[in-house]
Amino acid sequence: MSAVVEAHDLKRHYEIRRRLFAPPALLRAVDGVSFALEAGRTLAVVGESGCGKSTLGRVVTLIEKPSAGTLTLDGVEVASADRAARRRLRRTVQMVFQDPYGSLNPRQKVGSIIAEPLKINTRMSAKEREEAAREMMRRVGLRPEHYGRYPHMFSGGQRQRIAIARALMLRPRLVVADEPVSALDVSIQAQVLNLLMDLQEELRLAYLFISHDLGVVRHLADELMVMYLGTAVEQGPKAPIFEAPLHPYTQALLASTPSTEPEKKRQRIVLKGELPSPLDPPKGCPFSTRCPYVTDECRADRPKLRPLAGRLVACHYAERFLGS
Amino acid sequence: MTEATLETGPVPASGAPPHPIVEFWRYFRGNPGAVGGLVVILAVLLLAVFADVVAPHSPVVTDQNAFLKPPVWQEGGSWTYPLGTDAIGRDMLSRLIHGARYSLVIGLAVVAISVLLGVVLGLIAGFAGGIVEIAIMRLMDIVLTMPSLLLAIVIVAILGPGLMNAMLAVAIVVLPHYVRLTRAAVLTELARPYVTAARVAGAGTLRLMFRTVLPNCMAPLIVQASLGISTAILDAAALGFLGLGAQPPAPEWGTMLADAREFVLRAWWVVTLPGIMILVTVLAFNLLGDGLRDALDPKLKR
Repeated sequence: MSAVVEAHDLKRHYEIRRRLFAPPALLRAVDGVSFALEAGRTLAVVGESGCGKSTLGRVVTLIEKPSAGTLTLDGVEVASADRAARRRLRRTVQMVFQDPYGSLNPRQKVGSIIAEPLKINTRMSAKEREEAAREMMRRVGLRPEHYGRYPHMFSGGQRQRIAIARALMLRPRLVVADEPVSALDVSIQAQVLNLLMDLQEELRLAYLFISHDLGVVRHLADELMVMYLGTAVEQGPKAPIFEAPLHPYTQALLASTPSTEPEKKRQRIVLKGELPSPLDPPKGCPFSTRCPYVTDECRADRPKLRPLAGRLVACHYAERFLGS
Repeated sequence: MTEATLETGPVPASGAPPHPIVEFWRYFRGNPGAVGGLVVILAVLLLAVFADVVAPHSPVVTDQNAFLKPPVWQEGGSWTYPLGTDAIGRDMLSRLIHGARYSLVIGLAVVAISVLLGVVLGLIAGFAGGIVEIAIMRLMDIVLTMPSLLLAIVIVAILGPGLMNAMLAVAIVVLPHYVRLTRAAVLTELARPYVTAARVAGAGTLRLMFRTVLPNCMAPLIVQASLGISTAILDAAALGFLGLGAQPPAPEWGTMLADAREFVLRAWWVVTLPGIMILVTVLAFNLLGDGLRDALDPKLKR
């Protein structure tokens, strides 16, 4: 079965002017990321703020063009697609945003928000659009009679349901969810996550799920990609990575999530310092400035992603952590 | 799925914030100045609409027997001409009532022209960015550097005197305010996620401009427009006073002032009454504009 989305060495760089007449600096927001995702599967992208995960989402959603690398959606290469093909690709990938208060137009009625993608992309009549929108509202757990209400009359969880309904109107094959539950109360989070999982099963959606919450990711993901400073440091199926993380950064991330079994002995790895500026990344391993196991080799030589124990990992000394 | 509906439950009727229009009216009502302004404007509007019915005389017909007749409460006044007559025997009251038409039309037309042009230019500047934005905004800065009345005089001098040209001149003079306001609002709104969401849904630039972004930029524009009406009336009256706006015998308030200036000392009513009308109308629009701003700007809400 072919992948819904395939990215190969995807890069997104920004030129930033710092001073007048100074040469523009290059911000490597996403610096060479590869992955493939099949229908009905979820790839979770995790990492701290500023690691490039949201930019990756924007590139995959065609909001931004990749600076280098290839992106293939539903078998069509995005860069070489003409206008008509791009319009069709528009429909295969949709997005759910982090902030349900900002992602809905406050001057538009809920019904027209949900029906808008159909209005733009199809030739359906107004009546057909309204019917489809009401049907989708019912499907995501909203009352169809709320069709004529404005977004400010809904709670955060309901708004996120509206956003999900809008994203699904065009029957996309891939949904990019950029931290879709991090703005919600914990009790509402579970409802929205369950809705996302039900819809995935029903419609065979592929999810690119961007998150910093490993608890959510453990619940939902099939595959995992841990990003640090624009690159993937560990990538592969969820189970082996959660069981035995091989990259020190993944270990630190996992160690920082609260456990439900407090009596279980855990080793806490506390990272010192902050994420280095992506304008001026370290020369060797991007994690070398904060890694507790750093050596001179790490500082000089950037490790490549290599297969090890059922996943890909970018660390010179990954074997060391295999047994532990 | 029905289970999920039950989980979230219906939107509580009392807890939900009120509709924006209801909320707006609640704030607006609490401002006596603004309500007073609205009442005056409605009165002037009614006078303008029903001028032919309300006015006791024709605004242009002269009475050979009644030059510079004083108002009724002064010695020599009569109920035939309650507010007196001007130098060639026209009824002041009728001219003032008909003048309301001119002032309101001038105010609304000028604002309509400048809002329309300003919104389009502001949207283009905000969306296009780069050289287009720089060109539009610097041009507006140049217009702003010149004293507004002076610039209006120059434009009327080029186009020739007359009411239409005066309105056009005033519209050009106030245009930069609307362009700047629109662009600033557009830049704020463009950064919001719902614009990106509309892009992901496939919305084109025109749809984004007028359907998605513009409705969210309207609050400051409405306020500026209501304040702009008073500026427009004032500027047009000034042009009329200088003989560059409405031409006699049109009963425009500024033109009436100009016609009567030689009688300032002998017949106060020919000069004072049009001046008071301008003052009251402009003040009413200003109060209304202030009230609108207080009601629409969330930062000024209690």
